[in-house]
Amino acid sequence: MDFTQLIFYFFAAVLVFAAAMVITIRNPVKAALFLVLAFFSAACLWMLLQAEFLAIALVLVYVGAVMVLFLFVVMMLDINLLRLREGFGEYLPIGGIVAVLMVLEMAIILGPARFGLEKVPAPADHPAGYSNTRELGRLLYTDYAYPFEIAAVVLLVAIVAAIALTMRKRPETKYQDPAQQVRVQRNERLKIVKMEPSPKPPQGKRR
Amino acid sequence: MIEFAVSMWNALPLWLQLGLLNLGKVVLIVAPLLLAVAYLPYAERKIIGYMQVRIGPNRVGPRGWLQPIADALKLLFKEIILPTKANKFLFVLAPVLAVAPALVAWAVVPFTDELVLADIDASLLFILAVTSMGVYGVVVAGWASNSKYAFLGAMRSTAQIVSYEIAMGFALVGVLMAAGSLNLREIVLHQQGGIHEWYIWPLFPLFFVYFVSGVAETNRSPFDVAEGESEIVAGFHVEYSGMAFAVFFLAEYANMILIAALTVLLFCGGWLSPLAGLIDPAMLRLPVIGALLDSGLHWLLVKLSFFLLLFLWFRATFPRYRYDQIMRLGWKVLIPITLVWIAVMGGAMFFTPWGHVFH
Repeated sequence: MDFTQLIFYFFAAVLVFAAAMVITIRNPVKAALFLVLAFFSAACLWMLLQAEFLAIALVLVYVGAVMVLFLFVVMMLDINLLRLREGFGEYLPIGGIVAVLMVLEMAIILGPARFGLEKVPAPADHPAGYSNTRELGRLLYTDYAYPFEIAAVVLLVAIVAAIALTMRKRPETKYQDPAQQVRVQRNERLKIVKMEPSPKPPQGKRR
Repeated sequence: MIEFAVSMWNALPLWLQLGLLNLGKVVLIVAPLLLAVAYLPYAERKIIGYMQVRIGPNRVGPRGWLQPIADALKLLFKEIILPTKANKFLFVLAPVLAVAPALVAWAVVPFTDELVLADIDASLLFILAVTSMGVYGVVVAGWASNSKYAFLGAMRSTAQIVSYEIAMGFALVGVLMAAGSLNLREIVLHQQGGIHEWYIWPLFPLFFVYFVSGVAETNRSPFDVAEGESEIVAGFHVEYSGMAFAVFFLAEYANMILIAALTVLLFCGGWLSPLAGLIDPAMLRLPVIGALLDSGLHWLLVKLSFFLLLFLWFRATFPRYRYDQIMRLGWKVLIPITLVWIAVMGGAMFFTPWGHVFH
């Protein structure tokens, strides 16, 4: 067993352990943190396949942004741990059937008949100057430019729709409009009132 | 004796030799970095002191030079208090999560053309990915402390960091459009030829956005609502004491140095001399002045110190932003600026003859 294999088995073991903990641990915040660990280990495995762009993008997007927001939401929720365990026996049969079906499907697809080394060869070793990032960029912006742009537009629509769905105007909240604050004129805030000077106090003896 | 050492070295297996060699390089990077991190707070206290017409720390050692060591000793000997019902494992893990990314990112930072630990192809992306993980230290610390103040501080800080990361990423898109590379060393080498070739001039809006977001990312004043002493005491690290608190402190200053270093590398020509193309090459052959005028590590350090001074200067100058103003600045001012400038750059490069301005 050479060094690369050792690294592979280490990260694979961490990945499987973290993935198992995500679904078994009770505390949702810890589950989310284990999911972070799982993503990170998966990124390390991709790095071993010389897919450094995908690995870094996985860490950047999922670990750095998506999971942070996920944690954010999970931490804010007040989850009653006892209530979560209540319906376990009730849903066990359906859950079990779904799990067995998924295992079967994965066995069909990932079995040696369709996913063996002779069907999908191991990735070739690249020369030293090979840049995964450059190759991916070249493909995305030449051969697959239109699908890529369409995917981007679909995502943009999703962003706009999500904001439109969650945005609500609440008339009772008070907020400031900085543009208005900047545009304010002096005479809107300040009024100079001409007044007669008050009558002189009666002349008295100075003490 | 030397022969014996050499033969011992050759007797080691290759992987061990490589490992030891890299370990040595790591120590060579991290040891000066930690020294700088220790002396940056001292510099901060002195500089802000002078800006406010005070003297600053001057009791420990000559002119207070030993102050950081005294502080470190004090923190080392303090008790680490675990709050009741805190999650012990995560509470201890959080400072490590905060400081590790700040140190790991230095693996790909080039100090000169040859002085770089890992000259990888996607080093800019690597730095973005690694620094984006620093937020976990804050989130986990806030949650594991079992304290409302810490939790509020962590929430504020997380939302702020995630928001400013977008502006920061867009600012970097402009740099890599100009350089055509994700490799930090190549980005610096693209800026060769004197001060007028640096990216700070054609990409000035992006430079501004990058540095401001960098200040916000590191939770420094005027964006330090994560700590906000006047509202939430000390934010996410309110429950930490002793060395655990010191590690958060360390992470903050290491991040400051990292942001300053990246600003120098991306926009101010890194280790390149500002005078390179402007002075007579014969002057570079002068005995001492020539070496100083030529490109080298010292230029990187000078520029780095200038940006660190800016960090401190900001703190002495600006009052703290209100939280909604911070979010507004990030989303409604900085991100649109970067988007517009990227569009301008792309348009200029492909449709007009002035694209060379950005290259």
